[in-house]
Amino acid sequence: MSDTAKEPVLKAQHLSIVFGSLRAVDDFSLEIGESELVGLIGPNGAGKTTVFNMLTGVYQPTEGAYFLCGKKMNGKKAHQVVAAGVARTFQNIRLFKKMTVIENVKVAMNMHMSYSILASIFRTPKYWKEEAEMDAKAMELLKIVHLADKADYVAENLPYGQQRRLEIARALATGMKVLLLDEPAAGMNPTETAELLDIINVIREKFKISVLLIEHDMSLVMKICERIQVIDYGITIACGTPEEIANNPRVIEAYLGKDEEEVLC
Amino acid sequence: MKMPKEKLISYLINLVGIVVLFLLFVALFQSGVLGSRTNYVKGIFTTACYTIVLVASLNLLVGILGEFSLGHAGFMSVGAYASAIFTNALAGKGLSDLALFVLALIIGGVAAGIAGLLVGIPALRLRGDYLAIVTVAFAEIIRVAFCNFAITGGGRTISGITKLSNFYWCFWVMVICVTIMYMFVRSRFGRTVKAIREDYIAAAASGINVTFYKVLTFTISAFFAGIGGAMYAHYMTAMIPTNFNFNYSAELLTEVIIGGTGSFTGSIIGAAFLSSLPELMRQFSNYRMLAYSIVLVIVMIFRPGGIFGSWEFSLVRVLKKAKNGELFAKKNKGGAENE
Ligand SMILES: Nc1ncnc2c1ncn2[C@@H]1O[C@H](COP(=O)(O)OP(=O)(O)O)[C@@H](O)[C@H]1O
Ligand SMILES: [Mg+2]
Repeated sequence: MSDTAKEPVLKAQHLSIVFGSLRAVDDFSLEIGESELVGLIGPNGAGKTTVFNMLTGVYQPTEGAYFLCGKKMNGKKAHQVVAAGVARTFQNIRLFKKMTVIENVKVAMNMHMSYSILASIFRTPKYWKEEAEMDAKAMELLKIVHLADKADYVAENLPYGQQRRLEIARALATGMKVLLLDEPAAGMNPTETAELLDIINVIREKFKISVLLIEHDMSLVMKICERIQVIDYGITIACGTPEEIANNPRVIEAYLGKDEEEVLC
Repeated sequence: MKMPKEKLISYLINLVGIVVLFLLFVALFQSGVLGSRTNYVKGIFTTACYTIVLVASLNLLVGILGEFSLGHAGFMSVGAYASAIFTNALAGKGLSDLALFVLALIIGGVAAGIAGLLVGIPALRLRGDYLAIVTVAFAEIIRVAFCNFAITGGGRTISGITKLSNFYWCFWVMVICVTIMYMFVRSRFGRTVKAIREDYIAAAASGINVTFYKVLTFTISAFFAGIGGAMYAHYMTAMIPTNFNFNYSAELLTEVIIGGTGSFTGSIIGAAFLSSLPELMRQFSNYRMLAYSIVLVIVMIFRPGGIFGSWEFSLVRVLKKAKNGELFAKKNKGGAENE
């Protein structure tokens, strides 16, 4: 089993995707080890979300391959990728708006539930057992993201920052190995961002999962990422530790040349 | 794990409520207070029963899955013809009426369910308007096909179907069908289907096989439409494919929307009310569709979610309120839709 230990949890090899004449992502390679936290940064429109979409089966890469624990995932549908162990959140929050907070989490547990339609119609002991188990698990996850007291709220009535945290709880409910977070701090104030940082730390400690993080808040990225990969116009321009990235002239140019408000510091 | 006690109690209360309702109907019809109109009223109530099943099954698609179907009468006709052909072949072969009726319902439901599966697999790749168009096309194809097959009467009325649907049986079939649909919705299945309605991309990202659950819901909806069709066929005893035309599908959809998408209470009350309305105003029956349209427009303006929205009646809640003395004027028993 020693070589599976060395195998990166998530590995992308030379991924490219073409939309019409636009090469949104070109030759993207990445390895994430067990319980590692890697940052993916780049100016707006660089192709970061597109990378997530390729890694979660939303888009199929035009070229290249990606692997989860050594298993090739190309061609798998989105729900199969989740079942294999990759979960994500969305840049523009996608909750089940009219459903309650706990229901949102329980939806993501559906693949771990096994009672049949007949069991649901006759309300068999198995139905009650599984529902009660999943309620308990969902509450545990909601506690981690500080939403336990909001379990019966309708999701769309939560304030913005809490909706983002609910998305994280929902992703956790899938029982993933790798968590992809797409700008989780976007639109949050400094207090909320600090809270989010704590939550990410707790999650990593508790579940021993790997995280790939897209984030615009540079101070956050620099603080928590072990490695950072920078893309611009779909092309990887730098890779390394936060210090290496902060001093990389190509990265500074990519950001400064773009009139971005986020200047590395 | 055992059923939580409060749930068990609430299920029992509902069961008692339904039985009481049923006994009231029995008393109404057996006491003869309706005199010569007894059979007429019974007929209206029977119509209401199968209409409730049809509308509730369509609500599964429209309210829970969030997809429009304008071809529900097509699935109903598959159930109606399949069951009628079946009972014609078996009538007088020694089966009791009840056994024949139950078998006819199952045959009707399964036939329509298979049709739903076959249509659903390709059609559910489409969404919204496109899916609605495909369902219209399906219903039209079925209608034209039934007009041309010898076994379905070749465009003429087939008559002499054994009269098996009576009000008492239909009442319980309706109760069972609505209960099953309600239990389905209040389980991991319904939760999943609602999630797909809310955001299918997020649902897929939560590990849900969107296509599977859509086809499943479509098939179940068609199954119950088929049962409704079987009840219809054995109540009418004669039918012609044009009975199941676009207007009928549109009427069912109207009843779902007026009652409230996602609310079985709405479906039940909407269907019961609207299926007795044309009988009550028979002389104006030509204006029925006009009246529907006006009601629909008014409801859409003032209550875009339908009269009941996604609210469900709960007998337990009413009893609790009554106990606390907060019950005002409201005391309508809804039946099976409450947990
Ligand atoms: N489905 C698509 N069709 C066409 N172009 C797309 C599609 N998805 C993304 N793009 C383009 O790919 C580029 C990268 O977008 P995106 O990955 O969202 O950037 P970001 O790094 O800001 O997340 C953008 O130019 C965007 O317009
Ligand atoms: Mg993005």
